[in-house]
Amino acid sequence: MAKTKTRDRMKNEINAGSMADIAFLLLIFFLVTTTIVEDKGILVKLPPWSDEEPDITKLKERNVFSVLVNAQNQLLVRGEPALVDELRERAKEFISNPAKREDLAEKPTKAIISLKNDRGTNYKTYLEVYNELKAAYDELWDELCQRQYGKPYSDELPIAIRRDIRSQIPMVLSEAEPTNFGEE
Amino acid sequence: MAKFSKKRGKSKPEVSTASLPDIIFMLLFFFMVVTVLRDSELKVNVVTPYATALTKLEEKSLVNYLYIGKPVKKYVETYGTKPRLQLGDKFATVEDIPLFLEKHKIKVPEAKHGRITSSLRVDGKVTMGIVQDVKTKLRKSGQLRVNYSAKARPK
Repeated sequence: MAKTKTRDRMKNEINAGSMADIAFLLLIFFLVTTTIVEDKGILVKLPPWSDEEPDITKLKERNVFSVLVNAQNQLLVRGEPALVDELRERAKEFISNPAKREDLAEKPTKAIISLKNDRGTNYKTYLEVYNELKAAYDELWDELCQRQYGKPYSDELPIAIRRDIRSQIPMVLSEAEPTNFGEE
Repeated sequence: MAKFSKKRGKSKPEVSTASLPDIIFMLLFFFMVVTVLRDSELKVNVVTPYATALTKLEEKSLVNYLYIGKPVKKYVETYGTKPRLQLGDKFATVEDIPLFLEKHKIKVPEAKHGRITSSLRVDGKVTMGIVQDVKTKLRKSGQLRVNYSAKARPK
């Protein structure tokens, strides 16, 4: 009688006390190796490679917003020296052309931004400039979206709306081959 | 009466720890999911610049990383101080990029090939020369979705 009693007890429970320890061990391992890095950045779509140089002479001068960054990290916007801080506003004005000026883009769909740098340009400066130009488009998209759909432009919007916005103000940013100045 | 007092005498007041493993397992799974095991040791110094117009990268398995920067102290003697490209866990040249992309591609399901992104993690002080070479090679290899990795500018 007493024998069966002990056997019963053994059958009834598996000792789960050490389970927590095992789980803890694994937990600590993953805690240590975890890097919750969110990779963020400026997403761009490069143009496909072609061996022919694109012919930009066909474009009207008023539709091209040229930005040059030289090896001294100085900016030349449409032939005049400029600062990075004012780039965004100027790009926005150029693309949307609210005052219908003669020297700015005819309409947003025809606007082209041309970016050119030297091989000696700092990556930081280049990215700053690129960031400003991208931000200019982002702000324009946002404004247009607010006007037409009454909500801010974001990646959560349905793809049809985003496409519509992007077709009204397409982002055309062409990058010319850099000139060989200032290479380390 | 006797029945009740007997029962009370037997059971000790214990907090049940049976659910403890479950709790720990839950935490464990959370960390397992968010963990990215760093498979490549950085051999170049990369301090990405700040930017504002950022996009978040989704699906880490679709991203391959290219690092550009000056070699860390340990490797200065062998590789010099000029900015270098690192693919995976070793130094590489621009010529190695197509193979690197191909190796990543075969790990990705066919349907998602169009969404593969190359993340360029480039040091802010590097000059555009090497970046341009890498970009050209990426274009020639047909890898057009590129992300310039950057940090959010603190306000």
